[in-house]
Amino acid sequence: MDASSIHGRLKDRFGEKIVAFQSETLQPWAVVAPDAIADVAAFAKSDPALAFDNLLCLSAVDYPKEDPPRMEVVYHLFSYEHRHVFVLKVHVPREGAHVPTVEGTWAVANWHEREAYDLFGIVFDGHSDLRRILLPDDWIGHPLRKDWVDPDFYNGMHVKPTQQMAERAMAGEKIGVGPFDFTPPNRHVEE
Amino acid sequence: MTEIGGIIQNRFGDNLAFTTVDNVVNWARKSSLWPMTFGLACCAIEMMATGGTRYDWNRFGMIPRGTPRQSDLMIVAGTVTLKMATRLKRLYEQMPEPKYVISMGSCANNGGPYWKHGYHVLKGVDEVVPVDVYVPGCPPRPEALLYGVMKLQEKIQEDRVLRRRGETLGSLAGASMAPEASK
Repeated sequence: MDASSIHGRLKDRFGEKIVAFQSETLQPWAVVAPDAIADVAAFAKSDPALAFDNLLCLSAVDYPKEDPPRMEVVYHLFSYEHRHVFVLKVHVPREGAHVPTVEGTWAVANWHEREAYDLFGIVFDGHSDLRRILLPDDWIGHPLRKDWVDPDFYNGMHVKPTQQMAERAMAGEKIGVGPFDFTPPNRHVEE
Repeated sequence: MTEIGGIIQNRFGDNLAFTTVDNVVNWARKSSLWPMTFGLACCAIEMMATGGTRYDWNRFGMIPRGTPRQSDLMIVAGTVTLKMATRLKRLYEQMPEPKYVISMGSCANNGGPYWKHGYHVLKGVDEVVPVDVYVPGCPPRPEALLYGVMKLQEKIQEDRVLRRRGETLGSLAGASMAPEASK
């Protein structure tokens, strides 16, 4: 099935919930209303003509300069039976983003949604285990958002290098044998 | 005791050898550096090559151990993320003394390519454990790592076992993060 027929089939079934469609790109995509994505996903998998049995990738993108600013969740779908691909997108606000989970349709979405939550802060409603997956549990913030600013420290370890650290590295102190009298560079951080 | 040395038995007269205790102990320590099997990123590939037949760090008496409890040397081979740094420190604390650390590659030395934009990378493993030898490179070739090991051997040979010089390699290790430990 080509992209236009896939879009047509989804459009017939869901009507206004399929918001936009772009077929001129390398990977044609359709924009789905956030509240419908779980149903669209279930239909895309179960419908014999579509049979999207494989979720290749679930990712998120931050667009702070769009009007209005938004984030997108992107679903790359593939069908082993028909050998066709399609891309679904969901537009969500940058603050307090909520998207229904597609974990029930493709189990692999479990980890992908955890990653999107970890790095972008998008909450997937109905997810069975929405924890951070890459960053430590006590991490604060979501680093792949465009408005992310590095903190100075994480648990007493420098996240932003200081001028003193740069000078130390440039002076060649980090080549060869280290000092006998060792003082960790972040010693002053510990209480 | 007479079983010692079948080959050299009865070949020499009774002799006395004079040396210092430091010399003997340091010789023993530097000749049997057991590294922990511990690789974090691409540098670990070069470290494994160093352990393979071509470069063969067994020549130095280096036998990789699967547990920190039996290890003398931690080769920090690769990018240390902030999440890993806490684990790395714990592994270091589980090693018995005397213990040594080689920081292998740019990432372990000072963050390397993650210096400016790596929100998740530790800017130098010496923020959490005391480093004895820094090996530059991205990643360092096996020759560079072996040179670093030889530098470490030289450093160990200079250590004082009976007389501590201020904070020596052994004593500083356990409490290095505590502020009061530094004089």
